[in-house]
Amino acid sequence: MSVLIFIENWDGKFKKISFELASYGSKVAEMLRTDPVALTIGNVAPGEVDRIGKYGIGRVINIQNNAIHSFDSQLYSFLIDHVARKEKATVVLFSNNNTGKSLAPRVSVRLHAGLGAGVNQLPSGLEPFIVHKKVFSGNAFAQVMIKSPVKVLTLAQNSFDLIENPKEVVMESLPMPAFEQGIKTEVLETQKQTGKILLTDAEIVISGGRGMKSSANWGPLVELADLLGAATACSRPVSDEGWRPHEEHTGQTGKIIAPNLYIAVGISGATQHLAGVSSSKYIVAINTDKDAPIFSAAQYGIIGDAGKILPKLVEEVRQVKGK
Amino acid sequence: MKILVCLSHVPDTTTRVKFADQNTKLDSTGIQWVINPWDELSLTRALELKDDPSCGIDKVTVAHVGLAATEPTIRKALAIGADDAIRINAAPADAYYVAAQLATVIKNDPYDIILCGIESSDYNGSAVGGMLAEFLNLPSISSVSSVAIQNGKVIVNREIDGGKEVVVAPGPFIAIVQKGIAREPRIAAMRGIMMARTKPLKVVEPIDCEPLTEWLSYDLPKPRAACKFVDPENPGQLIGLLQNEAKII
Ligand SMILES: Cc1cc2nc3c(=O)[nH]c(=O)nc-3n(C[C@H](O)[C@H](O)[C@H](O)COP(=O)(O)OP(=O)(O)OC[C@H]3O[C@@H](n4cnc5c(N)ncnc54)[C@H](O)[C@@H]3O)c2cc1C
Ligand SMILES: Nc1ncnc2c1ncn2[C@@H]1O[C@H](COP(=O)(O)O)[C@@H](O)[C@H]1O
Repeated sequence: MSVLIFIENWDGKFKKISFELASYGSKVAEMLRTDPVALTIGNVAPGEVDRIGKYGIGRVINIQNNAIHSFDSQLYSFLIDHVARKEKATVVLFSNNNTGKSLAPRVSVRLHAGLGAGVNQLPSGLEPFIVHKKVFSGNAFAQVMIKSPVKVLTLAQNSFDLIENPKEVVMESLPMPAFEQGIKTEVLETQKQTGKILLTDAEIVISGGRGMKSSANWGPLVELADLLGAATACSRPVSDEGWRPHEEHTGQTGKIIAPNLYIAVGISGATQHLAGVSSSKYIVAINTDKDAPIFSAAQYGIIGDAGKILPKLVEEVRQVKGK
Repeated sequence: MKILVCLSHVPDTTTRVKFADQNTKLDSTGIQWVINPWDELSLTRALELKDDPSCGIDKVTVAHVGLAATEPTIRKALAIGADDAIRINAAPADAYYVAAQLATVIKNDPYDIILCGIESSDYNGSAVGGMLAEFLNLPSISSVSSVAIQNGKVIVNREIDGGKEVVVAPGPFIAIVQKGIAREPRIAAMRGIMMARTKPLKVVEPIDCEPLTEWLSYDLPKPRAACKFVDPENPGQLIGLLQNEAKII
């Protein structure tokens, strides 16, 4: 038996969401009295596996082969299925991000395993196996029982703290099993954002809504984000208007994020917007309307004009940071 | 080419959900049911492709797993412009069950492009599209933000964490769509509503399939503590609170 943890590989490196998943996976393995094992596909940069070991994982399986030249969900699910069977995994774990969402359902059918998508805490029971997850886009939670012998879970981002439990890591290379059907999708082009803090990785996010009035007023918001090492985001009408790029739109139909701090400037707080940000640890709202619904979701608020308040906040942060 | 749009039917996204029977069931009193927002956008995009003769789309079908009570949602899709509809007559027990039902129907009558949403806005499963692809052994491309057809080739953009990729899908495949796929959902015109009544809606009986998961109970989020207001004349105080009280910056 084992708990198999799929560790996403970002050009040879791992990211915080994988360390959250490793921490979660080693706890689940402990509950099941079995061992966690990680799987990562593709080249791994030297020293990188030790970072996984820090979160309680002693064994990492690596598959790399020239045939794996792009992210193809059929190929990846085939490989994960292969390793899950070989390792007799009873639980297979993914992050609930784009990659996890595309693989977990496929692996779940291959292993005839019930899927718990977007779980946000350790299983509340083992026999029967019960997980807790967000439903109705954060307006409620549910307890879900998984009845099959093998379970597949995806872990909601930023819902589980890192737990350090350093282990000596052994990395085993596994030869690529024959993938007879071959890769059917063809990637023509990859564009990666560089230099910017990714919205989904950011610990602090500063977001503007229609109350910002026009794209010309974003200067102080971006400046504040730069000073705080934050990513920038926006409400849907803002990206629809083209004031900000689509990648920044948060909410039910945009990105779902869970940073430590979300500062909503000139955003009313519609349920569809909150659906994307309500898991943030702290929400700050800046709005001229004292009755704006965003204040019921916020821990800190300022009732006032964003155009006046943002420059003052920039000043204050500059002083505090001595910049 | 034929396109299939899989529809789920969900409470309107502004619904304040409540639960009944000791929090084991959704209290559906007063709920207005709508087409899942992503599916509405998929349908819109499918119809846009059909409207462009160079794309060579002959037919747009919608499929839904649900009991008879969901037919108004399906009729709405027909009114918006789908050519015909299939309803698999079963309560959607879980994602595995739903995907198995859809797979059976599609095996008997294949499509070139199958569109599923990234998630249903009610149970946030993010599951049916990928499961369906695996049941059918078809390629799936997830987080798709655009679908275009150029010289008979289907080209999609997919979002990856921190970027975008342009991918060519060969032959039949499943696109699991997210934001961007269409701008505004198409709405039904009066003529569409009249025509929808006469468009074919086929009802298919389900196959036997054991769901793998079961919803046990629901809970509501803990109310957040009341908001603490900072003097707008002195907003700098906020920074102090975030540093010393919340300890997050
Ligand atoms: C199916 C569906 C899905 C949706 N998905 C999303 C989604 O994913 N994300 C999303 O954001 N929305 C989504 N929406 C739209 C959502 O319902 C709201 O319309 C939207 O969030 C409102 O954006 P806003 O808060 O920027 O604008 P508004 O609601 O117009 O609010 C602007 C706010 O700014 C305040 N304001 C005005 N002037 C100032 C000033 N000078 N200084 C400070 N504050 C000021 C106002 O008091 C107001 O509260 C969706 C809607 C539907 C139907
Ligand atoms: N009952 C259903 N009938 C048909 N398609 C469905 C059904 N439920 C989900 N889907 C499809 O699967 C997508 C993802 O749903 P889910 O896996 O439930 O989050 C939806 O956007 C639909 O395209």
